[in-house]
Amino acid sequence: MNDLIKYAPDLLAGFLKNVQISLVCAVLSMILGTLLVAMRVSPTPVLRAVGTGYVNVVRNTPLTLVLAFAALGLSDTLGVSFSQEPSTNSFWLVVLGLSLYTATFVCEALRSGINTVPMGQAEAARAIGLTFFQSLRMIILPQAFRAVIAPLGSVMIAMIKNTTVAIAAGYLAESAFVMKDTFDDTGVSIPIFIGIVIAFMIVTLPIGFFTGWLANRLAVAR
Amino acid sequence: MTENGDSTPLVVLEGVNKHFGSLHVLRDINLTISRGEVLVVIGPSGGGKSTLCRAINRLETIDGGTILFDGKPLPEEGKALAGLRSEVGMVFQSFNLFAHKTILENVTLGPTKVRGVPKAQAEQRGMELLERVGIGAQASKYPAQLSGGQQQRVAIARALAMDPKMILFDEPTSALDPEMVQEVLDVMIGLARDGMTMMVVTHEMGFARRAANRVVFMAEGQIVEENTPDEFFTNARTDRAKDFLSKILTH
Repeated sequence: MNDLIKYAPDLLAGFLKNVQISLVCAVLSMILGTLLVAMRVSPTPVLRAVGTGYVNVVRNTPLTLVLAFAALGLSDTLGVSFSQEPSTNSFWLVVLGLSLYTATFVCEALRSGINTVPMGQAEAARAIGLTFFQSLRMIILPQAFRAVIAPLGSVMIAMIKNTTVAIAAGYLAESAFVMKDTFDDTGVSIPIFIGIVIAFMIVTLPIGFFTGWLANRLAVAR
Repeated sequence: MTENGDSTPLVVLEGVNKHFGSLHVLRDINLTISRGEVLVVIGPSGGGKSTLCRAINRLETIDGGTILFDGKPLPEEGKALAGLRSEVGMVFQSFNLFAHKTILENVTLGPTKVRGVPKAQAEQRGMELLERVGIGAQASKYPAQLSGGQQQRVAIARALAMDPKMILFDEPTSALDPEMVQEVLDVMIGLARDGMTMMVVTHEMGFARRAANRVVFMAEGQIVEENTPDEFFTNARTDRAKDFLSKILTH
């Protein structure tokens, strides 16, 4: 218990990094996932093929490899750099890798939502003269999104927990790494372990409850 | 570009063919629809009536032949096709109101997003149309809160909001409870009187007699008979039509 109290400021600072990564990734992965699903259902074969290919490759690649590729491939080999400061650079590499990865799950959740929207909705949208992307944006996706709020909540919870493998992209400031670092000094401390678990649950549990509530509230009556 | 009221036909179908796999659903369809005409299409299920109706705004593509709308071939895709569809209203059997939008939003979406009409103006006109079909009091409700008959009248108002050159009705009363059929037919009869060009796929013989200028009888993907309503119902020329009428008019 003393270990937990002693190292709490470091651990909290680390945990706030997890939260920061999560917030940026949530926004980016939702935007990118929506673009991906638009590609996957578009009438243009090339867009469909690119979207499908991307989702199948990235979704089936282990996250640690995605992050390692962001650091070693993109940054070290190809020279993609977000900042001169190494820790800032690796923060954004984590954000990039995790967003690219999570977007595929967002895409697939939304695509299952699109399948719940009756065919007639799209036909009626086309029949009043909306273009494909207008009907997707105004008619199909809003209904699809409401149908999959709860699964999207699960995707976001998984993404938040995935921030703890940021070290795979060389990022050394988040809580799981701070914990391991601390254990090197103090030996394994169960209270520190539990403290971090509780910190994550404080963030993720409300997301589960909130998205469940929101799903009921926004459900489209048919 | 032709003006409304001239004598060129609004829709011309020539040698139209369509297959669903091995099923030949439209066989060499030749048909013209004049401006202001109310054309009723009847016939047995699976005879190609709905497919014909949906082909005119290209919700169904065709395999052969040509369809001219207002003198021009139907655009195949993209903005031009969206533009055509905005000029052809469509009323579906299952209403297909946008489930996540209010009744008024259903009616104003097309004018604001497709035509660029200012919101206030679209809402004013939308309310007028909703009043006209008798749904004004329900404008802020959602589709699922309305009865089938009310939903279908909203769907008609939604089509009218685009000021279409014609409206296609694909079995507009088939999904309704019997006591709600008349309220929808009354609105359609009103439109017919006002001179709207209409193509109506229906089993409502009463509507056909009262409002149609012409009846087309379709079976097995072909137009079997074209006739005036009176002639068709009392004195059909073809055996196929007589057989169909004997089955539906006896009770």
